[in-house]
Amino acid sequence: MSEEEVIEIRFHGRGGQGAVTAASLLVNAALRAGMYGQAIPFFGAERRGAPVVAYARISKNPVKVRSSIRKPSIVVVLDPMLKDLVNVLDGLREGGTLLINSSSKPDVLGPYRVCYVDAVKIASDLGLVLSGWALVNTPMVGALAKVLKIPIEDVEDSIKESIEGRLGELNALAARRAYEGVVCSG
Amino acid sequence: MGLVLTTLTGNYAVSYAVKLSRVKVVSAYPITPQTTIVEKIAQLIEDGEMDAEMIRVESEHSALAAAYGAASAGVRAFTATSSHGLLYMHEMLWWVAGSRIPLVMAVATRTIGPPWNIWTDHSDLMDQRDTGWLIAMAENNQEVLDETIKMFKITEDPRVYLPGIVGLDAFILTHTSEPVDIPTQEVVDQFLPDRRQPYVFKAGDPLIMGNIPKDLELNMRMREDIDKAMERAKKVIDEVDFEWGKLTGRRYGGLTECYRCEDAKHFIIGMGAWVGDMREAVDKLRSKYGVKVGLIKIRYVRPFPREDLIKWLSNASSAVVFDRSFSPGSGGHLFLETVAHASVAGVRTPIKNCLAGIAGVDVTYEDIVDVVLKSISEVEEVGTFKEFIEWYYRGGR
Repeated sequence: MSEEEVIEIRFHGRGGQGAVTAASLLVNAALRAGMYGQAIPFFGAERRGAPVVAYARISKNPVKVRSSIRKPSIVVVLDPMLKDLVNVLDGLREGGTLLINSSSKPDVLGPYRVCYVDAVKIASDLGLVLSGWALVNTPMVGALAKVLKIPIEDVEDSIKESIEGRLGELNALAARRAYEGVVCSG
Repeated sequence: MGLVLTTLTGNYAVSYAVKLSRVKVVSAYPITPQTTIVEKIAQLIEDGEMDAEMIRVESEHSALAAAYGAASAGVRAFTATSSHGLLYMHEMLWWVAGSRIPLVMAVATRTIGPPWNIWTDHSDLMDQRDTGWLIAMAENNQEVLDETIKMFKITEDPRVYLPGIVGLDAFILTHTSEPVDIPTQEVVDQFLPDRRQPYVFKAGDPLIMGNIPKDLELNMRMREDIDKAMERAKKVIDEVDFEWGKLTGRRYGGLTECYRCEDAKHFIIGMGAWVGDMREAVDKLRSKYGVKVGLIKIRYVRPFPREDLIKWLSNASSAVVFDRSFSPGSGGHLFLETVAHASVAGVRTPIKNCLAGIAGVDVTYEDIVDVVLKSISEVEEVGTFKEFIEWYYRGGR
């Protein structure tokens, strides 16, 4: 990351899956790593389960711009089924990274680097399941930290600060496992 | 001094500023996107972290009435609202200012319907210009926090004694988290004196406010005195900015901040969160196109920064005022005031109005660069503008 560069990120999730929380955990971790950023929720008429987006900007310097993100350099997909519902690659920069929650290498055509991690398995193994939903947002932030070269310790601290007690510990562990387990190609 | 940054939304930045200012009474009615300000305050009170009374009311009109009552009785009071809630409250704004009661309100600026729209523009805030409230507008969450704390000091200064609004753009600031330095309680205590106000309503010591005056000229003088207090507030805002800067290292520049203005020939004028995008536009216009552009960031709409604008514009080649609110049948609010004051001061610089970002339409720094490049080339060719008011849509109309 150069001094002036601002990395723009878009998160795709489902309402209730924690895309907004993922964005703010990331910015908090980036801050701990000596960087700056913005976590930007996007509110529409969505309800639980409907496709939603959130955004983040990360930079070595305070971020000035505030307009909406149209050409992200990283897209994070919290639910693999979403790629059949919405065009998750929309506006993704050439040479950009797609990070997806998936148990196997996804078929993605285009000039992108593709990273995947089985966040459902990581969360389920740790018992991080609520009302039948695996809590995938914290492992996805862990995997994203790897892509962005943010130390995993900063992600763990950020998670433990916002989620107290045992649950915070488990979510931090999920993030670490995803950080270690994410696979990238291209 | 070492800064301890934490990530906060604009709304939470307001909540913590209110807590640190030791506000005693908060009254509010929920409305998107303000709600999380008072939600957080309610939580801080409930958790015992903040010693204050939260009054729940049935409308925004009552919210300000309750805060006004508490402030009249001698305590620091606060409320927050947005859009339709602010319009519903509008009558009470006149009561508070006319009574010269210091009070602080946060306004999450939001488009006014119909159609129902929760995104930012500045119509709601600008609709309050004539009430007699000081009106500030923040660019980022740090400024939201700092200006809220400072607003208590400014409004309670005996040279001012007027209520004040701190505006923050819907979602772009209210719900976006970014690094913010939360000052310690010791710093804020050192900065904010005990509450001062022109009179206090006390049980057993009756006082009437609001009866029909016998002397209408005296009534007129009361309105004129609000205008004079606004003029005096300019110096107070500057002093308070300086003082806060000494304690925190953060100075914003009083009523305006001029960004890269020293050698600027062309100016961009705007206020609120998109000033950040305007800074980026100025940098790009200079580095990529080699044009000497500066940015005048309006921090206070009331009092209006007449002197600053005249100073910067008097020797300029051109200026574009970006407005996120306007008066149908006339023009953009900031533009109209800028040209009126510049004109009577004899400034001949061609000044153009760009109406953009209204109803929450997204505007990027590239859009701003396009508008400014076009206007500069028009002024260089023709010497003035053919059209002084432009409605800007990306990719044309």
